[in-house]
Amino acid sequence: MIASLLAAAGDFTPPVADYHALAPEIVLAVGICLVLLVDLFVEERQRWITSTLAGFVLLGAFIPVVTLAVIGGDVRYGLGGDVLDGRYVIDEYALILKALFLIAGYVVVLMSSDEIESGRYHQGEYYVLLLTSVLGMVMMASSRDLISIFVALEFLSIPAYMLAAWNKRNSKGNEAGMKYYLLGVFASAIMLYGMSLLYGVTGTTLLSEIGPAITANGQFSGIEALAVVFIVVGFAFKVSAVPFHQWAPDVYEGAPTPVTAFLSVASKAAGFVALTTLVFLAFPLASDVYQPFIWVLSAASMTVGNLLALRQTNIVRMLAYSSISQGGFILMPLTVAGEAGVGESALKAVVVYLVVYAATNLGAFAVVIAVSKKTRSGEISSFGGLFSYAPALGVLMTVFLASLAGIPPLGGWFAKFGAFKAVLDAGTNWGYSIAIIAAINTVIAAAYYITVMREIWMKPVPDGDVTPIRTPSSIQAALVITCGATIVLGVLPDLVGRFGDLSDLTGALGG
Amino acid sequence: MDVISDQNWLLSLGTFLPLAGVLVMLLIPKREELLHKQVALATALGTLGVGIYTLIQFDYDKAEQLQFYANTEWISVIKSGYTIGLDGISLPLYFLSMVITVLVMIYSWDHIPSPGNPKAFLILMLVLQTGMAGTFIAQDLILFFVFFEVVLLPMYFMIGVWGGEQRQYASLKFFLYTMFGSALMLVAFLALFYQTDSVSFSIPYLVEQGINIDQDVAIWIFGGMFIGFAVKVPMFPFHTWLPDAHTQAPTQGSVILAAILLKLGTYGFVRIAIPILPQAAVKWAPVIGVLAVIGIIYGALGCLAQKDMKRLIAFSSVAHMGFVMLGISTLTATGINAALFGMVAHGLITGMLFFCAGSIKERYHTLEISRLSGLLIQMPKLGWILGFCAMASLGLPGLAGFWGEFPAILSAYNPAPALNEPLFRVLMVIAALGTVLAAAYLLWLYQRTAFGEPNPEFTGHGHAHAVGAAGNDEHHDDIHDVNVFEWIAWTPLLIAIVVLGVYPQLMFKVMDPAVTQLVEVFNP
Repeated sequence: MIASLLAAAGDFTPPVADYHALAPEIVLAVGICLVLLVDLFVEERQRWITSTLAGFVLLGAFIPVVTLAVIGGDVRYGLGGDVLDGRYVIDEYALILKALFLIAGYVVVLMSSDEIESGRYHQGEYYVLLLTSVLGMVMMASSRDLISIFVALEFLSIPAYMLAAWNKRNSKGNEAGMKYYLLGVFASAIMLYGMSLLYGVTGTTLLSEIGPAITANGQFSGIEALAVVFIVVGFAFKVSAVPFHQWAPDVYEGAPTPVTAFLSVASKAAGFVALTTLVFLAFPLASDVYQPFIWVLSAASMTVGNLLALRQTNIVRMLAYSSISQGGFILMPLTVAGEAGVGESALKAVVVYLVVYAATNLGAFAVVIAVSKKTRSGEISSFGGLFSYAPALGVLMTVFLASLAGIPPLGGWFAKFGAFKAVLDAGTNWGYSIAIIAAINTVIAAAYYITVMREIWMKPVPDGDVTPIRTPSSIQAALVITCGATIVLGVLPDLVGRFGDLSDLTGALGG
Repeated sequence: MDVISDQNWLLSLGTFLPLAGVLVMLLIPKREELLHKQVALATALGTLGVGIYTLIQFDYDKAEQLQFYANTEWISVIKSGYTIGLDGISLPLYFLSMVITVLVMIYSWDHIPSPGNPKAFLILMLVLQTGMAGTFIAQDLILFFVFFEVVLLPMYFMIGVWGGEQRQYASLKFFLYTMFGSALMLVAFLALFYQTDSVSFSIPYLVEQGINIDQDVAIWIFGGMFIGFAVKVPMFPFHTWLPDAHTQAPTQGSVILAAILLKLGTYGFVRIAIPILPQAAVKWAPVIGVLAVIGIIYGALGCLAQKDMKRLIAFSSVAHMGFVMLGISTLTATGINAALFGMVAHGLITGMLFFCAGSIKERYHTLEISRLSGLLIQMPKLGWILGFCAMASLGLPGLAGFWGEFPAILSAYNPAPALNEPLFRVLMVIAALGTVLAAAYLLWLYQRTAFGEPNPEFTGHGHAHAVGAAGNDEHHDDIHDVNVFEWIAWTPLLIAIVVLGVYPQLMFKVMDPAVTQLVEVFNP
């Protein structure tokens, strides 16, 4: 046996690592170890250092992303060599998403520091898990191979299961962790089954080779269809698309609010990224299968998410359902991704939507954290009269809600506009019908966002307590970042619009 | 289309300058109320200064061309550009928005409505100003849409926070109606984009290409825009948000709403819907004309039935905007000129009426017509101003209102060749009857409120107790005539009403070249 291994080693050529391209991942990996070590050696009352350190790690990982984007030029392979070529790719599409995950992670760290510190336990571990999850997401952005996608997915999910259960002395916290874990692994299993079928049929794990191989014998086989459906179902769980959404509101409510923000934004975005990569690279010929399927997921997510959001009285649960509905909008362009000539605008629509949604939703959660520090309540009515005693928070929440509702000139309008434009570009009945459903849903969504705005601006303060809210400086920073991004992306959408060229994504793989 | 690109920074400066003021005010603590008023007024004055400079630099010999034209890349993904420009059609409205904002700021100096908080109130007003001015300079559909929507939230909050007792209902109604209208409008814009080979959202480009769109498709697209704009105008039957919004809004909100916001709708017809889709405009014109005339009569009858002065003025807006829309629907140079003149005149006059109503409300704490009387005795100056405005509003020759109504009615006698002449002549007759009704409701309003003896409940302690109107006696000291801030805020409007009434050519000559060019397509 050893002999055979040695014999095989003769042909072995070591992979060529592009260290610049891999720098974000390397910085994160080193950073994770560093945070873990620091946590071991500092005293209890200085544990806040871990939070600061985690923030610096994320910013540090952001630097190579910027330099890579500035240098631009050719698509890079993180790991090259004959077999590895094209399996881990750093292109503009990957870079903008890596930037998204790193900044989102940074904002979550800012939002967490106060909340987790006041919990007084396991600060170091919290940030280690958070950074690990972000590392998984950053890897996901570059993964172009079934195996790396799956590894990245587990990498980002497993820490998230633990983070969801962070309020471990609280039954809701336990419920959140347990539910998320069980449904998460269930989804992974289904997805893995689909992947194995796909590998069995096509004989490769490289997405760009799966794409052409899928209808190699001229037509679609039942197993191929099953594989595509299973994989989409697996990701539908991750992105909490209806009808695979039941875990989301309970998990979001039970988890600490910063974790909820993280799950509903970054973790969800990672699911969409994987789904998008798969749809464009591995399933270009399978649109007959995924189009009706994603159409149903998208239409159901927006409609059910909205109708349930209308009835919520708890702000976090309302945001949870609203994020399900927003997920439907992100899925919308993917329904037409396979139509001729539409891929470009569909891909851009998804990328822009993810970035805008991340900024806006994180901001909304940051306000919720700041307000609930004073009111100690998650009810929507606790926002009553917020504008009168905390005008800044009131205005910021208004900005975020208006952006979620899609009112210009805030980021959300352009995200929605891009999604509409993509499906109308297709000019097919699938496209038109989903556009009509989305248009109706836009108006329904405005109703519950405006309910919160009315509480903030026009209702009296519920308990008459008008002491101003002291917002911790870290949350202030988070608010500045998210609000700035929300407004700037609405006024100058081209900033992200130029990323996510389709030719980048597919061209890199000779597809 | 020829454009003039000299000083292409000027319009951006005029539009976004208010936002600079907003940034400064955000940094000033809320309790520095005086400072806030100073900064806001200074910003508005600065903006007006830019507006005056624009007025001076405008080349009136080339009023049909877009001037100060700028076109830079904005959202390349959807091929939308930052395209701005100003011609004879938009110049008066652009300038009017700046004037009104300044006057409203002056009026706000000692009239911040309850619950106070001048910082937020004035910031919203400056944001509104940017949205309004931006809508008038936008030459790209997406840019237009964005500015059109920027106006929505500030007005929603202005009504909802500083409004009357039913402010929440009124503000929500305003919001939902407008949201519904703009959704359809956006769909129409997108359809237009696809029907013209998905090249650009630029209005000059679409004006060239739109004529090639198949008429059946064009009619549908026009329909989408029609609802979007008609809600804003508001035209019958989309007008029901207006009386609520006007009645509940604070005075400043009502003035801005009447003077500028309603014009965004009519301006949309003149700038976008009609020039881009003339083939559909011809088909829609009778519908618009009929609805406009229904609006005139319905608004007038509505006025006669009102018990609240502010609600009456709101209904009179519906009637006046009916005249504007009638002028537009004739698709003639006379009609559209009249409509544009009517927009400005209505802005000045109805704005002024709302100012009067606001001041009466502030003194008497009621606008119930049956409780008001003898204004001329108790507050002669305010009474005369109200009378002046009522006369202007009913279209007395020599005042600005006349030049909006009379030519509009006249133009319906001779509509564009493609239109049904008998129908428009019938409309003309009914619209003329509307002016009689206008005289009736305005004079009746004036007679009930200004003539006669002052209502005893407002004349002094003794009387008040005598008639048992307890609860009002603490307000008697408030009843004083026009104060200095009101004089400063109102005088320019009053002068403008007279000047435009005596010398309407001042505006007609600015608008006419652009309007003539616009209707060329209807005169084969």
